[in-house]
Amino acid sequence: MSQSLSKTPATPPEAASPPPAKAPAPLMTRMLARPEIGALIAAVVIYIFFFLVAPAFRSAEAFSTILYASSLIGIVAVGVGLLMIGGEFDLSAGVAVVTYALTAAMLSYQFNLNMWVGVFLAMILSLCIGFINGFLVVRTGIPSFLITLGTFFVLQGANLGITKLVTGAVSTQNVSDMQGFDSAKAVFASSFDIFGVTVKITVVWWLLFVLVATWTLNRTRIGNWIFAVGGNPASARAVGVPVNKVKIALFMGVGFLAWFSGMHQLFAFNTIQAGGGVGQEFLFIIAAVVGGTLLTGGYGSAVGTALGAFIFGMTQQGIVYAGWDPNWFKAFLGVMLLLAVAVNLSVKKFATTRKA
Amino acid sequence: MTDTLTEHADPTLHKGEPLIEMTDVGKTYGAIRALKGINLSVSAGEVTCVLGDNGAGKSTLIKIMSGLHSHSEGTLKVDGKEVHFSSPRESLDHGIATVYQDLAVVGLMEVWRNFFLGSELQAGNYPLAPMKIKEMREIADSELKKMGITVKDINQPIGTLSGGQRQCVAIARAVYFGARVLILDEPTAALGVKQSGVVLKYTAAARDAGLGVVFITHNPHHAYLVGNHFIILKLGQRVLDKKRSEVTLEELTAEMAGGRELAELSHELQASQR
Repeated sequence: MSQSLSKTPATPPEAASPPPAKAPAPLMTRMLARPEIGALIAAVVIYIFFFLVAPAFRSAEAFSTILYASSLIGIVAVGVGLLMIGGEFDLSAGVAVVTYALTAAMLSYQFNLNMWVGVFLAMILSLCIGFINGFLVVRTGIPSFLITLGTFFVLQGANLGITKLVTGAVSTQNVSDMQGFDSAKAVFASSFDIFGVTVKITVVWWLLFVLVATWTLNRTRIGNWIFAVGGNPASARAVGVPVNKVKIALFMGVGFLAWFSGMHQLFAFNTIQAGGGVGQEFLFIIAAVVGGTLLTGGYGSAVGTALGAFIFGMTQQGIVYAGWDPNWFKAFLGVMLLLAVAVNLSVKKFATTRKA
Repeated sequence: MTDTLTEHADPTLHKGEPLIEMTDVGKTYGAIRALKGINLSVSAGEVTCVLGDNGAGKSTLIKIMSGLHSHSEGTLKVDGKEVHFSSPRESLDHGIATVYQDLAVVGLMEVWRNFFLGSELQAGNYPLAPMKIKEMREIADSELKKMGITVKDINQPIGTLSGGQRQCVAIARAVYFGARVLILDEPTAALGVKQSGVVLKYTAAARDAGLGVVFITHNPHHAYLVGNHFIILKLGQRVLDKKRSEVTLEELTAEMAGGRELAELSHELQASQR
């Protein structure tokens, strides 16, 4: 009797620590319910695959090159991914990159301004075009697919038309001897060494943008609003979320990142081909979708989009390192997209089935 | 169960005091008239039921009160002051919260995110300030528990809850954020008998806590269970306006089913059978 009594006090401390009984199952469920889990698995599998078949793929330099290729897509994809979580599309992002690069180059060159003035004016233009896209979408109610398809053609035509009028050719003049070029190049297109490996600065910027986007999505009020306007705009509006402002801001975010990407191109190559950028918009969208973003909005993550861009960079370089015909890359991309969409659909079903 | 309702309900509410008064309110969409000459008042501690068939103007009526559309005729007074809402935010700021049948919540978002949507707690007032996530989770969890809504995990997407639970979360949210008038748009339309019961209980709880409730439905049985005042709309006009003491469930049901028109129809049908 006295023994059993003395045993009883031992039990409460165990009972007082609540998590162990509940934790294991939800953790697994939560892991699987994360939007980026499919992309993470795919990235690991593809990495191992190329690691085995392509010896050249294994070096640290190769990895740095992969990251660089990923960042070129990844930077704009951060914005496109957020926009898609917010329930909208931007098909104009690819050619817009070129538009902003052309703007900065031609303004600075023709008016003989400091490079930074052109860079700044191009940023203003990028925010304006983002605003116009967003404003037209929320005002007219026409799907953003169509609105931005329109902007896409307008910009594509204007890129070539205006460049020809101004320079007489389909590319801009070399701006590498302009005032302010060197400092702008340091910001947008330099590289540095870590442990003897050359890393491009765009990789750092890319990671920074992903961090900011992740913070915004998961930790801030704006993030809550982005999920809500993509998931159920009518419901969001009814509880007082400024749906239109959020959507316009997202379009402007894409504009800003497209501008950033354009500045990288300008300062990396010194001249810009006016006809470039076509088809890039799909790569941004694919990166977001492969990363677990739902095409219908309301679900996704910035880390997932980054993984999508990483898969893109890895495959693009991996095929080269393996010595295959690079044309297969597009075919691979298509397969990845189809797989991702199928996985996303089942994830969405899994996450919304009734459990309680 | 009604603990939090009474706790959070505005203490300045006095039963019977009019919160919303509509006089001759009408609404036209271009050449189409959706609503005409509506007189309606919503008082604290009472449930005003608005009944009507599809297309009777119920949705237009709530959209005016909740600020999604503004009225084109007549006057709308809240707490005795004339208002003209141009956004849901304005209506919310006057303490009018609307819970919609199908769009009450964002299905893929977690329960706690839904609970605080549009009224998030922030750690500071600068851009990209973090939300107080831990606090928000705890508040949402305890509020729902206190109201008898058991959610397995506050972090699960709200789409995994049943329809009745989702409505209840939406109602709990509205009350927690200081709603004085609660507009429920067809809260029981898509629900089974048991689930409807749960929602009706919360409706009654909100009423008893002193809130003014506007209950939109096409089910006179549900309306009669909780209602103090009944208004039937037909083709944008009011065809019945009675207190609970002046009307029976049978009358309400008959009027809703079409009243005189139905009687005529039954005569015609019988005649053709002979």
